[in-house]
Amino acid sequence: MRFTRTILAASVLALSAVAIAEEMTIVSWGGAYSKSQLKAYHEPWTEKTGIRVINDDSSAEAVAKLRAMNEADNVTWDVVDVVAADAIRLCDEGLALEIDPDKHLAQAPDGTPASKDFGDLLVSPCFIPQIVYSTTFGYRTDMVGDNPPTDICAIFDIDAYPGKRSLEKRPINNMEWALICDGVSKDDLYDVLATEAGQDRALKKLDTIKDHVVWWNAGADTPQLLADGEVVMGSTYNGRLFSVIEEQKQPVAMLWDAQVFDLDGWIIPTGLSEERTQRALDYIYFATDTQRLADQAKYISYGPARNSSAPLVGKHSELNIDMAPHMPTDPDNAKNTILYNYEFWADYRDDIDAKFQAWLAQ
Amino acid sequence: MMQITTASPNSLIKISPILLLFGGGSGLVIGNVHDAGIVGMAISAASQLSLAFVYFHLLKNERLAGWINRLGFGVFGLILAGIPGGILGFIWGHLSVWIMYWTRNRRYRERLLPYLTTGQVLWHYAFRCLCALIFIFLIAPILVVMPLSFNAEDFFTFTDKMLRFDPDGYSLKHYMDFLGLREDSNGEWLRSLWNSLIIAPIATLISVSLGTLAAIGLSQSNMPAKRTITAILISPMIVPLIISATGMFFFYSALGNWMEQSIGMNKDLVGYIKVILAHAVLGIPFVIITVTATLVGFDRSLTRAAANMGANPITTFFRIQMPLILPGVISGGLFAFITSFDEVVVVLFIGSASQKTLPWQMFLGLREQISPTILAVATILVALSIALLTTLELLRRRSERLRGMSPA
Amino acid sequence: MRTPVFFDDRYPMIATAKHNGILAADGTPLKRSLARALRREKLRALILVMPLLIFVLLTFITPIANMLLRSIDNTIVGDTILYTVSDLNDWNGSDPPLPPENVFRSLYFDLFIAVETKRHTRLGSRLNYEQTGISSLFRRSGRKLDDIGKEIEKTLIASDARWTDGQTWFDLFAARNEGDADPELFDRQFLRIQRLQGELGNIDIDFMPSKSIAKALPLATREYTAWAIHTASIEGEDIAQTRPWESIPVALIYDMQQPDFAIEIKNWLSQSSPHPIEKLSTESIDYPLDFTDILRKIHKDWGDIEVWQTIKVHSNDYTSGYFLNAVDMRKSLDGPTIQPENKRILITLFIRTVQMSLIITLACILLGYPVAWLMANLPMRTANLLIILVLLPFWTSLLVRTSAWKVMLQQQGVINETLVWLGVVATDNRLEIINNQIGTIVAMTHILLPFMILPMYSVMQTISPSYVRAAKSLGANDWTAFLRVYFPQSIPGIGAGSILVFILSIGYYITPEIVGGTDGVFISNRIAYHISRSLNWGLAAALGTILLMVVLVLYWTYDRIVGIDNVKLG
Repeated sequence: MRFTRTILAASVLALSAVAIAEEMTIVSWGGAYSKSQLKAYHEPWTEKTGIRVINDDSSAEAVAKLRAMNEADNVTWDVVDVVAADAIRLCDEGLALEIDPDKHLAQAPDGTPASKDFGDLLVSPCFIPQIVYSTTFGYRTDMVGDNPPTDICAIFDIDAYPGKRSLEKRPINNMEWALICDGVSKDDLYDVLATEAGQDRALKKLDTIKDHVVWWNAGADTPQLLADGEVVMGSTYNGRLFSVIEEQKQPVAMLWDAQVFDLDGWIIPTGLSEERTQRALDYIYFATDTQRLADQAKYISYGPARNSSAPLVGKHSELNIDMAPHMPTDPDNAKNTILYNYEFWADYRDDIDAKFQAWLAQ
Repeated sequence: MMQITTASPNSLIKISPILLLFGGGSGLVIGNVHDAGIVGMAISAASQLSLAFVYFHLLKNERLAGWINRLGFGVFGLILAGIPGGILGFIWGHLSVWIMYWTRNRRYRERLLPYLTTGQVLWHYAFRCLCALIFIFLIAPILVVMPLSFNAEDFFTFTDKMLRFDPDGYSLKHYMDFLGLREDSNGEWLRSLWNSLIIAPIATLISVSLGTLAAIGLSQSNMPAKRTITAILISPMIVPLIISATGMFFFYSALGNWMEQSIGMNKDLVGYIKVILAHAVLGIPFVIITVTATLVGFDRSLTRAAANMGANPITTFFRIQMPLILPGVISGGLFAFITSFDEVVVVLFIGSASQKTLPWQMFLGLREQISPTILAVATILVALSIALLTTLELLRRRSERLRGMSPA
Repeated sequence: MRTPVFFDDRYPMIATAKHNGILAADGTPLKRSLARALRREKLRALILVMPLLIFVLLTFITPIANMLLRSIDNTIVGDTILYTVSDLNDWNGSDPPLPPENVFRSLYFDLFIAVETKRHTRLGSRLNYEQTGISSLFRRSGRKLDDIGKEIEKTLIASDARWTDGQTWFDLFAARNEGDADPELFDRQFLRIQRLQGELGNIDIDFMPSKSIAKALPLATREYTAWAIHTASIEGEDIAQTRPWESIPVALIYDMQQPDFAIEIKNWLSQSSPHPIEKLSTESIDYPLDFTDILRKIHKDWGDIEVWQTIKVHSNDYTSGYFLNAVDMRKSLDGPTIQPENKRILITLFIRTVQMSLIITLACILLGYPVAWLMANLPMRTANLLIILVLLPFWTSLLVRTSAWKVMLQQQGVINETLVWLGVVATDNRLEIINNQIGTIVAMTHILLPFMILPMYSVMQTISPSYVRAAKSLGANDWTAFLRVYFPQSIPGIGAGSILVFILSIGYYITPEIVGGTDGVFISNRIAYHISRSLNWGLAAALGTILLMVVLVLYWTYDRIVGIDNVKLG
């Protein structure tokens, strides 16, 4: 049935190809991030090919929706922007297409193949990285007196920095920070966290500030809480903090210590017709070349995923300030960083999340 | 009426607790601004009482006393806190003199039955106050949302500038954003409002028409398997939305596939149909419940009379039954409309980008960038609905007048 | 048109008359005529209900039922590692401490196909819900599984270069004539691939396994057949021209090491044209094929008894596992066991959801009753204005209202600021009224209050004031008159409002998510998490089913006590 069905679907698609060849649906997060992609990728792409891009702001539901679309055999998305952890999950579930970087992605201007140019960031065979972002802390400059925090462990120091903190309502990142501030070295981090005792230890550390935490779910929460003065410091994505500090001019500053690097990028869903797959691949080839990735940094403060893009990062399109020092990958900011451990969390997420939620509910 | 107005006015001593309470309460507020709450309270309570003494026993002219009080407090406020203070002072002065005469001249009894005891009168007003508080609770979020929507900043925060009534703290930029007039706005808001205005009414129409028919069927005394069928029809309200959303996703994907490939319908049209049908199902329980409830009190003999006089069932329905159950149908329709107009979970799953509805856009607005644009939208919707509901009420009153009915 | 009461059996006199046969106007016996009328009425009622019933059944009940069935569906395990699951039945789960070799062998070949069809990671994610680490075990194993096959392929090619040719393999396994064909084997493998890939439909596959070679090379023939079906139907390639997966050479070598091989292959060779297998069978290929060892080298966790126990426990096509998980228990070899304490949360959440929904309902009754009473007792003009106030919040999106409550309730929010300003609370001692249960209760009470007020109002409107007046004139005081006369009449309104509010609140999740903090979230929040984040739809469905059951029981109780007909909405 599947065989005959694919034939049928293909022929129908071929028939209707004339009608839909001119548009593709690209899924992203919405807000300022989608806007930066619109400017840096979609608009030049439409100009070049004439293919209209429909933006669907569903990335937050992408994993569930893609799975449902796949089961219903009705994949309506062409390219999807997801975080790396979701990409791995989608790849595991067979919902994302595996891609050969050297075959399907552009070389760097100097001829370096894509697989080298992206390097370690190709964390899954289905995933084409686009930006490096980090989850890090911002703090109210007017609430910390003349003792601004420089160390991640300030979040656990209630005496020196009284007031609430906002943390994401999930174990990922919080457990790492807790262990680091409990004296675990960065190298042993995941070995410790893999054990029952290590998990308890992290939760015990988090217990010391549990009454002082506001837990957030959406990336926009911490900026709002900081602007309200509701929290003295809070974790969020660095681009959000950039916007709070530079665009909204709030009395907030960045604490780059122990920022957790994470990746966001593209996947192509499986189950597309050949024609659509090819178009999606063409788009990916176009949108992830060196210049395009560097262009995105003009609109939002996330670091391009290619090595070769870093030197091309210019000034912000409106504020006209140099963007390089605001990149999480800037050497001054990246003195102490943690790289999100995809393999570990793919295994442990369900287990630790259950424990974390049980701990929260206590 | 007569005997109340002729009754002797209350003595100042008797009404003094109320005046002290009023004066003290408002004095506390003003005192607090100047970091002297208790002092303010004392001064204000004393002045309220002494002013009352002067007005009642020396001036003896209510109209004159009223204006002295209003202007006096207005000027006082003006000196203390500029123009806004002046306005607040004027209002306060008005209230303070009103309460003096209201209590003194027993005006509180004017609209009440004359035989009520003091306790009953007191209870009457306490009850009114309680209800007023509940109403304030009901509309409090709207009261917060309205000023915030004029915020000059991009946060949901009352800035110092706003609290100082500094014009710089306010701006119309979120309204401009909503209307797509700002250069970086892309018309998404208006487009999603438009989508909502397409989807909600059609979904409501479907659920109201099918729902009313079914409710009439259900209310027949001979309906077989009544309980089961009612339970099935009400189930969309019972199932947790997130489960409904995922479950319906599969069905509607298959339906969408079929409509696109077998019938060859346009993709966008199919998208709308999917969302409309899903929302129609969600609205059905509300229609069923309201219409069945109205039908319980419906007098069967009316339809029989109509049938007796030669009307066919369709005429009977539209001319006899429908007008009588209309209130139930309308309120069911209202609930169904709101269900669709405010629904975000299901549309998030079933809809695609071109069917983005207003709640979906708001949801994004909250998640991706806290932007007071959603407050501007809310304010506009509230203003529109106030206008709409008021017009309806005025029309109702007019038709009542025309029909020569006295207001019920 | 109800049966007129005179014809009831309770009136014996007339009942006797009935036997004599009362006739209707048209001459038919009255009894039949009445029955017909009754049937017609029933039919008419049904016809009125039918369109909606079909609509709801089709677009709502069926999809939801399908979704809820996921709570017991566990076919993924049996579909993906078919032979492993059946072999595991013979292992009791503890003795010997690892399953026997044949289980490992089956797993090797099952997993190989799963990897080639990219299903193994799905199974990994499924089992990872039960035991941490299985996800990466499957993912990593998938990468290294073909190593051994590649080595063996090299050995074959060293023996004869024709082994690189797809035709060589095809000649070996394909039936030579009708009589040699083994359609049973083919059908079994067809089903196997179908379980893995979904419906394959009717396709022409130019291949039928040979009975005689299956005697000599049972495992290899089985695997080759599966490969052939997969390659022809899914990839659409010509089997005879394609080199099979690396698992086939492994199976071949395994079969050659079996005692029966020597005789059977001679039989086969005697009836066939020359084939490289002849040379291969004479060479002594002493390749150690210990599948236990192979798999444990690929990943050490294959030596972990817990992994095997997990697979064994969760190998049935239908499982109670998700439901057990939903009530903080776990399926294990010794039957259901309770989860470790640090993972128990769902029962707490269920209880909390019901408790808080009750509190919210109660709060709505307390706040809604006076307002509804006031509106019902005011002149219509004023009441209508107040109705507008009640309806206004409806026009403000749920999201906006929830955010507004955030602005009001937070520590730097409107309420706290005002209280501090009034000097009621100290600035460093602000009230914590958000991100906890209070926040959820306040915001949800506000959101659901109109659903309470409107039904109450519509019931109270119908209560005639003369009853209370009568009570008072008979000497009741205000309170007694209210309690004994007015209140009982208003109970249907309270009931309707309560059931609405309770049912709506039990399924809410956006508002608790935003203002609930840690202890103000509901079970729906977990359902949403499992649907959209962890993809554990089975557990989400089990949680949803339980929640639905709770609501249905309440609904049923309500229907018994009050009657759903008495629900009025305005």
